[in-house]
Amino acid sequence: MASVTISDLRKSFGTVEVLHGVSIDIEDGEFAVLVGPSGCGKSTLLRMLAGLEHVTSGEIRIGSEVVNELPPKDRDIAMVFQNYALYPHMTVAENMAFSLSLKGAPKAEIAEKVRPAAEILGLAKLLDRYPRQLSGGQRQRVAMGRAIVRDPQVFLFDEPLSNLDAKLRVSMRTEIKNLHQRLSTTTVYVTHDQIEAMTMADKIVVMHDGRVEQIGAPLELYDRPANLFVAGFIGSPAMNLLPGRVDGGRFVGDGGVSLPLPPPAPGASAGAGMIYGLRPESMSLGGDIPFRVEVVEPTGSETHVMGSVGGVPVVGVFRERIAARPGEEIHVGIDVGATHLFDAGSGMRLSA
Amino acid sequence: MARARRGGPLVWLTESRNGLGLIFMLPAAVFLICFLTYPLGLGVWLAFTDTKIGRAGIFIGLENFTWLSEDRVFWLSVFNTFFYTLIASVLKFALGLWLALILNENLPFKNFFRAVILLPWVVPTVLSALAFWWIFDSQFSIISWVLMKWGMIDAPINFLGEPWNARFSVIAANVWRGIPFVAISLLAGLQTIPQSLNEAAALDGATSWQRFRRITLPLLTPIIAVVMTFSVLFTFTDFQLIYVLTRGGPVNATHLMATLSFQRAIPGGQLGEGAAIAVAMIPFLLAAILFSFFGLQRRRWQQGGGD
Repeated sequence: MASVTISDLRKSFGTVEVLHGVSIDIEDGEFAVLVGPSGCGKSTLLRMLAGLEHVTSGEIRIGSEVVNELPPKDRDIAMVFQNYALYPHMTVAENMAFSLSLKGAPKAEIAEKVRPAAEILGLAKLLDRYPRQLSGGQRQRVAMGRAIVRDPQVFLFDEPLSNLDAKLRVSMRTEIKNLHQRLSTTTVYVTHDQIEAMTMADKIVVMHDGRVEQIGAPLELYDRPANLFVAGFIGSPAMNLLPGRVDGGRFVGDGGVSLPLPPPAPGASAGAGMIYGLRPESMSLGGDIPFRVEVVEPTGSETHVMGSVGGVPVVGVFRERIAARPGEEIHVGIDVGATHLFDAGSGMRLSA
Repeated sequence: MARARRGGPLVWLTESRNGLGLIFMLPAAVFLICFLTYPLGLGVWLAFTDTKIGRAGIFIGLENFTWLSEDRVFWLSVFNTFFYTLIASVLKFALGLWLALILNENLPFKNFFRAVILLPWVVPTVLSALAFWWIFDSQFSIISWVLMKWGMIDAPINFLGEPWNARFSVIAANVWRGIPFVAISLLAGLQTIPQSLNEAAALDGATSWQRFRRITLPLLTPIIAVVMTFSVLFTFTDFQLIYVLTRGGPVNATHLMATLSFQRAIPGGQLGEGAAIAVAMIPFLLAAILFSFFGLQRRRWQQGGGD
């Protein structure tokens, strides 16, 4: 196990720079999730950690050692690929034992290490199968088993769940999280799914266009997004963003609706060109804000309502069952403590 | 079917599924029968007769084969064929695989090199054989000339005049011609191996040799089996190259079974005997095909599961 320190890391493919100076500290035993829309450079960053891509500039440390020029095989890192990259001509057992057999480990030692890993993952009965004979979820587990057997310093996961169906994804999520709690190996996990990031991570790194937008614990990112990008990316349904201005201690939307202001951050100047951030779930029935209903989606446990506030499309999530018809107007209240204010120009957070 | 019977055979032929199928198959069947089955059958029949050019023969049973079994030139040609096939195939495989591996890397001008590699295969055999004829000329050989300029030899090498020199010279020409097929086919095979497997192996601690031995090579074996079967069949039945370069000489040292068969049958006029030599190749070719049939069977790891 080891910490991972990335400082001012840059990567160019030809003349195109895809990572513009990324710095991330991942502590020993931490589960860090790199999340961002596709093309944000998160996979490239992971591949650079693995040594599969060359570092253009900057520094990667694993433990105290700079690994920039170290070939992948000497980094003591295990990676789970998006397509699993199982060796098709080897059985499950051989796949898991591959790294050990490369080192020329004796058969007894190999069996001793493969068995517990297979049992943790429920693969004990599949050891003689070939990858082709496995289902997606089983292949996923074999890929993880191959990594566990290695007992590496760092686990890397490259969108490991994106080829699974929705239900399996949820259960594998728990399984990976469990596994991490059991082995507490430093883990770097790449995904584009913010729910995966929220549910699994100790630390989330939100990336966008080759830059780090914010680093923090899941709830920290949810409660205090540093900028508009993080605000819109974290949370589902996404945060409602209403353009407007601050006038007389209230937020006045472009459509004329007046909303209560969250406490301002120290030194932040509020005025024109503001964005008001309102989470769908921080609205409640029975306030003074008019909400025109367009679509009602009952999910059973809660009700999603699409509509508009002051002419701006807004989504609300309510605990109550709502029988409003499309076109009707309901009145909602806002939990002021859970609202956010951003500068429309820079996108930076203004509220505390 | 009931309707077909009512309408007579012509209606059946043009309107029922089976009748139409028969019509559509006819051109291919005629082609195969006229140009493959008939010549093959005729060749086998001739092998059991004493036909000469200009004289119809009579059935003489295995007499041709008995005669051949005591013919030292025939056995020499069998030896030559095996030697030629074995050495040339091994060289083609080794060099072809090597080239394929190089071309699979990210080289500058990759497509240009891939196109250039194909050239020897595109040039008609007779043309390249003629070029080699000059390269191997006993007086004007460029190889001899270069070696003499470098002071490594004193007199030109008699490439095609000495039995072993000649054998290796024709093998060299055959290898030159055969490499592109092997290299390009194996390159295609290499490109079906996902990059991530190599990356996974690298992370698992494999050196580049281990990656080749334990990932690339096993995954490539099904394609190697196909490519090498074809390569062996082409080499075993080679005719043009030998015929242009040496005509089987010197003193039959480069006669392959195919060239000897032609030699005896057409210039020599002994159609029956020539056919017998050709028929004698069939068991060997069948063996190669059977070998490939079993070699080509899907391996256990290729079976089961969809996607």
